[in-house]
Amino acid sequence: MTIINFTPLPALMGGALIGLAAALLLFANGRVAGISGIAGGIVYPESRTDLGWRVLFVVGLVLGGFIYQWSGLGAGVQQITAVVDKPGLIVAGLLVGVGTQIGSGCTSGHGICGLARRSPRSLVATLCFMGSAIVTVYIVRHLLGGAA
Amino acid sequence: MRQLLAALAAGTLFGFGLGLAQMIDPAKVVNFLDLFGHWDPSLAFVMGGGLLVNALLTPLILRQKRPLLADFFRLPSKTEIDRRLVVGSILFGIGWGLAGYCPGPMLTSLSFADADIITIVLAYGVGTFAARWALARRGG
Repeated sequence: MTIINFTPLPALMGGALIGLAAALLLFANGRVAGISGIAGGIVYPESRTDLGWRVLFVVGLVLGGFIYQWSGLGAGVQQITAVVDKPGLIVAGLLVGVGTQIGSGCTSGHGICGLARRSPRSLVATLCFMGSAIVTVYIVRHLLGGAA
Repeated sequence: MRQLLAALAAGTLFGFGLGLAQMIDPAKVVNFLDLFGHWDPSLAFVMGGGLLVNALLTPLILRQKRPLLADFFRLPSKTEIDRRLVVGSILFGIGWGLAGYCPGPMLTSLSFADADIITIVLAYGVGTFAARWALARRGG
């Protein structure tokens, strides 16, 4: 194992802002900032009154992405290069959608919010998706010698 | 109205944080997951920083009687560790490892208006809808 591209300071600051954003949503609206849960309620709405805040949160995500690009902060990510081809992106997108709905959460809902509430369910979920993601990267990169 | 503005503000801060943390770069995410190759530990600091701040603030917030702009806190009520939680999380991790996108960075990356991003977000939407539909039919 060799260590590459290590950027601890922006990582820590970005992470702190994410934690602060999740705390703000809980403090103001009483809602958990689980992105897959918020998005799920847009794609498959349960009531009309419950839709608006979800849409605005996602609009905010995109807006935050724009602001980051305009700010030109740090090393800066100004364009994105996918690590898999189009069919790979489709399979990955489907798996992320299905998996987060069945497992009731993603990196934010389980990994940040759930662990902060010391939820045993979120600890199990986080270990499962971290583990399967590490195994997947190992298989794709080192056994199949595939992308990147 | 104020709840909508709060959601917009929280989303914007969240998206900006994901950008600053460079979690919107799928190559960096996959390098973080590549423990047995060229490892980039940065994202452990993202999760650590997010968890630290949120874990300090959450108990203080939940000590309030109610949220600032809503009648009550809505927290997940399930406590059972079932097969659904494990299987779903494993499937999610496979997709995350394959392309380097979990839902937050994926949606934030719509700000790049890139054909690859739109492809994966559409697939994510289809997967989300299909799973919700199937779960609702089962009464889950």
